[in-house]
Amino acid sequence: MRNHPVYIDNDPQTEPSTLNLGPTHPATHGVFQNVLQLDGERIISGVSTIGYIHRAFEKIAEHRPYYQITPLTDRLNYCSSPINNMGWHMTVEKLLGIELPKRVDYLRVIIMELARITDHIICNGILGVDTGAFSGFLYMMEYREAVYEIYEEICGSRLTTNIGRIGGFERNFNSIAFAKLRKFLKEFPPVLKEFEALFNRNRIFIDRTRDVAAVTVENALNYSWSGPILRAAGVDYDVRVMNPYSSYEDFDFEVPVGTNGDVYNRFLVRNEEMWQSMRIIEQALEKIEKEPSDIFHADVPDFYLPPKEDVYNNMEALIYHFKIVMGEIPAPKTEVYHSVEGANGELGFYLVSDGGRSPYRLHFRRPSFINYQMYAPMSRGMLLSDAIINMSSLNVIAGELDA
Amino acid sequence: MGKISNEDLLAKISAEFADKVTSVSEPFGLLTFETEREQLIDLLDFLKNDPELQFIYLTDLTAIHYPEQEKPIGVIYHLHSLVNNVRVRIKVFLAGDDVHIPTATGLWHGANWMERETYDFFGVIFDRHPDLRRILNVDDMTAFPMRKEFPLEDPNRVDKKDYFFGR
Repeated sequence: MRNHPVYIDNDPQTEPSTLNLGPTHPATHGVFQNVLQLDGERIISGVSTIGYIHRAFEKIAEHRPYYQITPLTDRLNYCSSPINNMGWHMTVEKLLGIELPKRVDYLRVIIMELARITDHIICNGILGVDTGAFSGFLYMMEYREAVYEIYEEICGSRLTTNIGRIGGFERNFNSIAFAKLRKFLKEFPPVLKEFEALFNRNRIFIDRTRDVAAVTVENALNYSWSGPILRAAGVDYDVRVMNPYSSYEDFDFEVPVGTNGDVYNRFLVRNEEMWQSMRIIEQALEKIEKEPSDIFHADVPDFYLPPKEDVYNNMEALIYHFKIVMGEIPAPKTEVYHSVEGANGELGFYLVSDGGRSPYRLHFRRPSFINYQMYAPMSRGMLLSDAIINMSSLNVIAGELDA
Repeated sequence: MGKISNEDLLAKISAEFADKVTSVSEPFGLLTFETEREQLIDLLDFLKNDPELQFIYLTDLTAIHYPEQEKPIGVIYHLHSLVNNVRVRIKVFLAGDDVHIPTATGLWHGANWMERETYDFFGVIFDRHPDLRRILNVDDMTAFPMRKEFPLEDPNRVDKKDYFFGR
């Protein structure tokens, strides 16, 4: 944390003032409450209260078949729901022992990296807004819309996507989706470059962010931080590299790492991750050229719903459809932990199966929940305005925080 | 998986805590074992601070409820050794009328909220925890909602019985 000059209050009658920052404060971008004790503008102590939008997903998940849990995961980190969807599919596929064709893996990689870009667009754009620069946000938001249109072509929805199915995708990517993806890859880089030109060496922005809320590596690891904020502190822990899933080992990309974990480093790490994500998407597009273009799911009739026209005309398909919907296909009795690199950290799924149609126990390792824990302790001694941009750069999403 | 195989890891742990490591299994290559709460903190401390193992990262801490078991509440720790890229899963089962377990906040600050969440949903009491309050549910709630006996929906409703939906 920054070494501020010690602020000495000579008036003995002045007492610390209490400020309720939240639960619905325009500067916090979500339902976060922090009860702060302030000495002037400096925070003496703070207490975080969370749980305002708790929706008991883990309890609901114990009563839903596996394929109905995907929409619940949408609502965790809703800025990058495809990553959550894919993470959940992969957890179930690991449990059931489903091997996916390479093309499906690459399509998933494309979707996940697009989601990472949209998440970082929001986070860095909003960080700009909170430091007083609105225009960068406006330039970037247009391209979130472009990505959402790609989602629309693939699955029909935009924010809470419910994209993909256990075993693959519900339908193949159409030519419009690829055309929009190519258009995005062509048009976004100059805008991102302009965005970086606006901020990276901007005197005001640097003064507002550099050395604000810096964390040590020891502290970040001790608080189980993960994702860009941990990498900004200098730890190159990325699940995509450490424990590759969905054929990430086939891709050539770099993991950007910061030095002192302050807000400025986090901003730079996120920007660089967007560049790397685009590299990955371009490689994935090259790779799927070499794969048969009609494959978009694995051959697992026990778990992947047959096409509707077959259900009406084909006895076997009807049986499979019925068995899947009624959950009559047993799952192995075991437990599995699977994690993916979400946009703001390691998103883990701990699934315990008792062989039934729904999980016996499902626990989400939610990076927002675990990352946000340090917020109140690290705000001590900070200026209120620094604490606001610290929260923006942690990229805590209320839906994921409260599950 | 990593630089240390599960056999070596288990041998190293067993050398320190010989008969306290039980029910060893490896679902999907993740070493899983049970232990008892008496030496849980010693075990975690050993895993974290051993110069070779270095399980410095507490990935996850949660619980599970098996109502029919003699010891129904299980507390589950997922640790990750970032140096060796190996994970380990540790379970501690607690009797229903004695759900006390020592806190891990002395080893990881990050355990604080994870333990509060576990207390909130399962009623596990983490002894010597600095601030053991409910975290996601309202403070005046009396039940522990992730226990199996707690119904998902209002049990007085007659229009949404589970058997209508095959569950």
